Amino acid sequence: MSKTFTLDGKEIPFEDGQTVIQAALDAGAYIPHLCHHPEFPPSGSCKLCTVKIDGRQTASCTRRAEAGMTVESDTQELNDERRSLTQMLFVEGNHFCPSCEKSGDCQLQATAYQLHMLTPHYDHFFPNRPVDASHPDYLLEFNRCILCSLCVRASRDVDGKNVFALGGRGIGTHLTVNAASHRLADTDFSADDMAAKVCPVGVILKKRVGFAVPIGQRTFDKKPAADYVDSRLPAKED
Amino acid sequence: MNAPEKKKLKVATTSLAGCFGCHMSFLDIDERLFDLVELVEFDRSPLTDIKHAGKCDIGLIEGGLCNAENVHVLREFRQQCDILIAVGACAINGGLPAQRNPLSLPMILEEVYHTSPGLHNGLIPNDPELPLPLDKVHPIHEVVKVDYFMPGCPPSGDTIWKVLTDLLAGKEPNLPHELLHYD
Repeated sequence: MSKTFTLDGKEIPFEDGQTVIQAALDAGAYIPHLCHHPEFPPSGSCKLCTVKIDGRQTASCTRRAEAGMTVESDTQELNDERRSLTQMLFVEGNHFCPSCEKSGDCQLQATAYQLHMLTPHYDHFFPNRPVDASHPDYLLEFNRCILCSLCVRASRDVDGKNVFALGGRGIGTHLTVNAASHRLADTDFSADDMAAKVCPVGVILKKRVGFAVPIGQRTFDKKPAADYVDSRLPAKED
Repeated sequence: MNAPEKKKLKVATTSLAGCFGCHMSFLDIDERLFDLVELVEFDRSPLTDIKHAGKCDIGLIEGGLCNAENVHVLREFRQQCDILIAVGACAINGGLPAQRNPLSLPMILEEVYHTSPGLHNGLIPNDPELPLPLDKVHPIHEVVKVDYFMPGCPPSGDTIWKVLTDLLAGKEPNLPHELLHYD
C-alpha cells in the first residue's frame, strides 16, 4: 500500500524522496511552476509552486512529501499571490509578447494566462541588457530572463559544459555566459545541448526559425499550461 | 405605465501612443456595431468630430504615453470618464513603442532627423506647436488610475465586445481563457 497525502482534497500517492510537486504532477494535478523541471533538482527561485501545508506556506518543489500531510494549492489566496509573483516577473523584464518569437510557446506567458493576469500592474523596470548574437546559430535576449536557472542546471549537470551562470546581486542579478568575453560564441555551446532547449521563456533562441508556427497551432494555443501537468514543455526537436 | 426610456451610456475613445489597431479591432465587432449604437452614444473619439470629452460613462484608451499631449488627453479622459479602460498592450505596458526606452531620446531624434542617410542638414523639429516627447514611453496606469485592462496586441473584436457588453449589463467584465492573450 503506497503512501499518500491530500492535495486540495484529492489523494496523491508518492514514493519516498519525492517532492510534493513531483508527486502532484505525476498524479496529473497541476501546481503552477516555472523553475521546476522534472529532470532537474529543485531551484526554488520562482516561488509560483508555493502551497499551504498544514497551514504554512512552502515551496512544493523543495518540500518532500510525507504521508498524511494536507496540501492546499488551488485556493484564491495562493492564486492571487502567484499572480502577483508573475506580475513582478513581467515588470522586471521586457516582456513585449507581440514581437517575441516565443509567444504562444512561452511558459511564463501561458502561466500568466492560467492565473488570469490582465495586466502586469506594477511599474515597469525596462532593463537594458544588450542582446548577445555572437553565436552563429543562437542568440540570447537577456531582458526576458526570469532567472529560473534551468539553462545553468542543464549546461552544468547534463551537458557538462557550464556555459551559463547567474551573476550579480539583488535586482542586478542576471544571466551571464561563462567565457572571458561573456560571449556565447566563445563557449562550446551547441544546438545539441539540453541548455539549448530548456529555456521556458524567450531568452535562448535558435536563429532563423522564429515565427514558423502559425497562430492557433503554437504549444499553448492548443492547450493551457495546466494541461502540461506531466512535465514542462516537452523538449522540442530541431 | 411605460418604463422610463433607458438612457444611452456615453463612451469616449482615444489613441495616445497607439497604432489605431485597437480601434480597428473594435470595428471588428462588425454588425454588432449596430447593436452597440442602440446602447451607447459616442463622445470624443477618432470616430466622431468631438474635440474634448464631456462627462462619459466609459473611456477606452489605446496606446501608451510618449509625449506631453498624450498626458493631457489621458488626464482629460480620467477626469471625464467614470470607468477608464486600458485597451491593448501599449496602454498596459507601453507595448512595442516602449522598446525605445533603453535608448536616449536625444540619440533617437538625432538619428531620425539629423544623421540618417538622405537627411542633409536635417533639423530636429522645435516648433512649440509640437508636443515634446517624453524621455520614456509609459503605460497609462503610471499616470492615472485605470479601472480595467483588456490585453492583446490588439485585443480581438470578441474580447472588446465581451468587456463592453459585460459593463453595459452592469457586470464585472470577465474574460474567458480563450479571449485572453498578450500578442
